[in-house]
Amino acid sequence: MADRKKTKSQARKAPAKGKAAVAQSEDIMDNKPLKIVIVGHVDHGKSTLVGRLIHDTGSLPEGKVETIQDMCDRRGMPFEWAFLMDALKSERDQGVTIDTSQIWFSTDHRKYVLIDAPGHKEFLKNMVSGAAHAEAALLVIDAEEGVREQSRRHGYLLHLLGVRQVAVAVNKMDLVKYSKGRFDEIKAEIHDYLNEIGIAPTHIIPVSSREGDMIVNESRHMDWYKGPTVAQALDLFEAPVVPTDLPLRFPVQDVYKFDKKRIIVGRVESGRLRVGDTLLISPTNKTVRVASIESWNSPAPVLAASAGQSIGITLEDQVFIERGQVASNIGNLPVETNVFRARIFWLGREPLTTGKTYKLKLATSHHNVVVQAIERVIDTDDLSSTEADKLERNAVAEVVLRSRGMMVLDEFINNPVMGRFVLVDKYDAVGGGIVSMEGYPDQRQSVTVKSTNIFSVDHRITPAARSANHGHRPGILWLTGLSGSGKSTIAVELERQLFLKGYHVYVIDGDNLRHGLCADLGFSPEDRTENIRRVGEVANLFADAGFIVIAAFISPYRADRQRARAIRSEQFHEIYIKAGLEVCERRDPKGLYKKARKGEIKMFSGISAPYEEPEEPECVIDTTFLPVSENVAELMEYIDQNLGGIDHHHETGKEEKAAQTG
Amino acid sequence: MNHLDILESQSIYILREAFKSFDKLAMLWSIGKDSNVMLWLARKAFLGHVPFPVVHVDTSYKIPEMITFRDHMAKEWNLDLIVGQNTKALEAGMDPEKGKVVCCSALKTEALKATLSEHGFTGVFAGIRRDEEGTRSKERVFSPRGENAEWDFRDQPPEFWDQFKTEFAPGTHLRIHPLLHWTEIDVWHYIQREDIPVIDLYFAKNGKRHRSLGCAPCTAPIESNAATLDDIITELETTRVSERSGRAQDKEAEDAFERLRAEGYM
Repeated sequence: MADRKKTKSQARKAPAKGKAAVAQSEDIMDNKPLKIVIVGHVDHGKSTLVGRLIHDTGSLPEGKVETIQDMCDRRGMPFEWAFLMDALKSERDQGVTIDTSQIWFSTDHRKYVLIDAPGHKEFLKNMVSGAAHAEAALLVIDAEEGVREQSRRHGYLLHLLGVRQVAVAVNKMDLVKYSKGRFDEIKAEIHDYLNEIGIAPTHIIPVSSREGDMIVNESRHMDWYKGPTVAQALDLFEAPVVPTDLPLRFPVQDVYKFDKKRIIVGRVESGRLRVGDTLLISPTNKTVRVASIESWNSPAPVLAASAGQSIGITLEDQVFIERGQVASNIGNLPVETNVFRARIFWLGREPLTTGKTYKLKLATSHHNVVVQAIERVIDTDDLSSTEADKLERNAVAEVVLRSRGMMVLDEFINNPVMGRFVLVDKYDAVGGGIVSMEGYPDQRQSVTVKSTNIFSVDHRITPAARSANHGHRPGILWLTGLSGSGKSTIAVELERQLFLKGYHVYVIDGDNLRHGLCADLGFSPEDRTENIRRVGEVANLFADAGFIVIAAFISPYRADRQRARAIRSEQFHEIYIKAGLEVCERRDPKGLYKKARKGEIKMFSGISAPYEEPEEPECVIDTTFLPVSENVAELMEYIDQNLGGIDHHHETGKEEKAAQTG
Repeated sequence: MNHLDILESQSIYILREAFKSFDKLAMLWSIGKDSNVMLWLARKAFLGHVPFPVVHVDTSYKIPEMITFRDHMAKEWNLDLIVGQNTKALEAGMDPEKGKVVCCSALKTEALKATLSEHGFTGVFAGIRRDEEGTRSKERVFSPRGENAEWDFRDQPPEFWDQFKTEFAPGTHLRIHPLLHWTEIDVWHYIQREDIPVIDLYFAKNGKRHRSLGCAPCTAPIESNAATLDDIITELETTRVSERSGRAQDKEAEDAFERLRAEGYM
């Protein structure tokens, strides 16, 4: 058989190539292999292409071809290149690649680690396990079958996995008689698809793995094609850039006590770190100084480290540090948040479900996260999207994830390693995703107390005396809801009626704060969060003075409201002014929805930014059907019960509620 | 960072991830070059310490120099050495004559399983590499083993972005492979750079040297004149003979090694 003859001649040629490698051996240390993954639909010939590539570059071990021939003879089948990578007997018996594997080879230009990934939908988890290591990819498409389901899905996953360099091989050209017309059709289709998901293929190459056309050697059959061979296209991929120039991120992996030293170990994921540097630890926001970089069997003391290095450091300061925290430079800090948006792929047998809790692993941290929403499920075939409350195995979606504690991360586009995560259910990884903060604020500012030398002044008037004087207890009525839900209208009417009944009451709203105290703030997620933080503090002062404060703000983020509550939880009443988005949009009293729909207002809650409904509000006022007068009457009754008549001090319902939610 | 620095850093990261996640951790030490490199990397990761026991599965058929070397290194590196042996099978007369795979299974796999369960280890380092052999190239870095130490290679869990499997059901354990991404020649370059002690059997005497070490009856030396580290590296850069060509147990049947590994062999 022709293949075997070629093998023999290749084998004889090999030593010459070997000598060239010896000449280069001095720079072996710098000759880093490029990791490439071969992906594509099942039976489109990935493993065969790999076999051919390894063979034609003269990288096969002696006797391998004979071993494969034996295995084929035993099965009474023609020579099968795929058996090179399909090392498992069940793979060979079924003729399908089950799991990913790796093989080493080299061209004259450089060394490669070649990752073979299964194309069967059933084994997508294995494809991901292989492709996630890759620095570049070759997408294989069958010339006869054309672009298929897994061709697109794999393309999409490469994008999610952060593999940006992709070349395409249109395989089995021999089966379509090396037709330029057929090649051009497929080329146009895959080119358009990849472009749409943000991948510009470096080359699209017509090949026949079986016949050896355009893999390493050029083809006699396709004079019309003038581009590179597969091997040349691989050589044209760029070596990956180590993220040394990105801001420092040093996630703490562990803390050791060896030889009476306390050593913080971890890998520098990006940037640089030097002895003497001042670092800020997130999320505790403590600052520390690097005393030393520890090493063993190192020829000289280590004074600096950069991205990619696993190191251990000691600190000048004795502060509590544990795994999951992240050290960075003070000038360029990671995001702190308890909620983010993510694009995820799902590999679990059970579907991902809204409301369910999973373990999230990001860098060295882990958090329990709840799936707050599945915003859209993406059909990787045509890139259309639908809403759903479940995400089935092997599907892709945009979701919102929320944790109890503060997570430290970066957006994927800014820092890939700090912006990607794995989800775990019970014992197994079930999905992965990349982080976007679109529409959500960095909560770092709002949790950091900057001034430390402050002491509170003790008042000589007790809260009880104030209440007795006012004739009612103080309280913060926090009205949250969509724009157009009726917050302001209710607030001012409520204020009027309470005032008439003798209550000391005051409304704070966007108008009286945004023009003064918050005049420096805009409408970015961070500024909104800061605005709400200030509202919370002002409301607290009013309540401390014995007033009933009515704060009427969209306050779309649960975390912001939670923080406002935490300042004075025992007197905080979250009132959800509830009306559906459609209702609010129909009312549109200030014409804001129209502008938001046209894109004239960015980050509009409910439209282009999230509105997070209260989970356990003290009171819900549904304004969908009832007139304002009835809404206010309902609230008046609530206030009378909870704040009025200082004689009934212990209104139990509220206190129990506060104990649960405060 | 050069190529070896990258390999080293990744191995250290893996070793530290395992050390953080498993209370009952041990390292398999075959006395071969790879597990010596793995031990060396552990000392790098833990700043000169090896903070877990080291397990050698002694079939009693090992090449005698290996045992001498083992005891010498264990003392010099202050290792907590556990030697596992299937004495029952040996008393019953187990040897390669009974079948190479049968023998490996009894004296290596069974001895290993018994040692692991006796000490209750839940995480076990093994110095295997993807480039050694086909089924090893399919391995995960953190590779789960069932209650009988079996490897379900048909349905491995996903593993990506260096988020390793650290959750596992009671009664099961994980094999952790810190050298999975290294190649044979990487190992030799690293031995040379770090000056790591290796057993003399690797260096050619009278035109023969061992390329891979195992039990005396089943491990044949290869034809070679490579008597120094430089020679070995040069030889490996030109050779097209596979590393385990001298290991007899791989060749008994098409899937001999696959079956050995599926039932718990390293």
